[in-house]
Amino acid sequence: MGREVAESCVDTMLMEMVAMYSGRFYANKPELAARRIEAIGYQVGHQLSERYTMERPRFSDHLEAIKFICKDFWSEVFKKQIDNLKTNHRGTFVLQDNKFRWLSRVSIDPSSTSGETEDPSTPGESKAAQAVSMYLYFPCGIIRGVLSNLGIPCAVSADISSLPTCSFVIRVKA
Amino acid sequence: MAPVGPRSGDAIFSSIDRVNAELFTLTYGAIVRQLLTDLEEVEEVNKQLDQMGYNIGIRLIDEFLAKSGVSRCVDFKETAEMIAKVGFKMFLGVTASVTSWDADGTCCSIVLEDNPLVDFVELPDTCQGLYYCNVLSGVIRGALEMVSMKTEVTWTRDVLRGDDAYELQVKLLKQIAEEYPYKDDE
Repeated sequence: MGREVAESCVDTMLMEMVAMYSGRFYANKPELAARRIEAIGYQVGHQLSERYTMERPRFSDHLEAIKFICKDFWSEVFKKQIDNLKTNHRGTFVLQDNKFRWLSRVSIDPSSTSGETEDPSTPGESKAAQAVSMYLYFPCGIIRGVLSNLGIPCAVSADISSLPTCSFVIRVKA
Repeated sequence: MAPVGPRSGDAIFSSIDRVNAELFTLTYGAIVRQLLTDLEEVEEVNKQLDQMGYNIGIRLIDEFLAKSGVSRCVDFKETAEMIAKVGFKMFLGVTASVTSWDADGTCCSIVLEDNPLVDFVELPDTCQGLYYCNVLSGVIRGALEMVSMKTEVTWTRDVLRGDDAYELQVKLLKQIAEEYPYKDDE
């Protein structure tokens, strides 16, 4: 077993990272804050994938690499595996985590949401959904960092249908 | 059963939720790196890391008090020992030692031999003025402020800058008297 730290160290650090970028630096430019937070995640994913794939043979195809994220990678980082993996076999993969750790303690102020479903990609999103989506750029960046380091360029987005369930949608670039 | 009285840092650390330290270390490193790119000035990065730490400290003190069962410390000396022996242990899994007390017991050094924040870290020449671990000094300052102690926390030794250990000087500036009733509506 490698070195460990208290989970609250990571939780509070992520919270402050998001607060710093989306609150202090780019309060009026959420898309810039998002890009920076994603970049930080990308860097982390890139480095973690180096460490976690050290002893492995090369992945034979995209699906193998995605399965590595769902099982080994997720277990290392979140101590659980992805609960459901779907693919259209044409380069789109949906990874569903039924209790995504980094959102498990997030609550949404009910007065500021319109309905139960939140989708960070819809244009008329509520303020609360936007705040939650800020937290998701980091894990999206991590996944993109891992895959691009494995030679798979892609775009990653997140969907929150009912918290704390979270689905990461990976679209591999042809 | 709720713990009665203070618990050792080891006991708390083994009972709380823990995560892989690599994630923590690399995330912090990536944040520092991004800040260096975005802010350009090393001084400004130091400031932001300290601010980040301060904000973290004012949250972590609650968890510290809740899980450690520590009650009021009799003096600043005991407070410093608590930070070193219980605080560092329960959050980062390492212990620190307290040294170099001044005559009136308001200024001391906390020495860290092991520091998970800096695993894998090397500073390039362009980052000479950077206090890489500035988040830690912010955490201590923030946490102590929540328990009525205004402090100044500065780095006096830093392995990344060529020293043999990490040393933080913690200086008690003043004890803030508790004021109540608090004005809730302001």
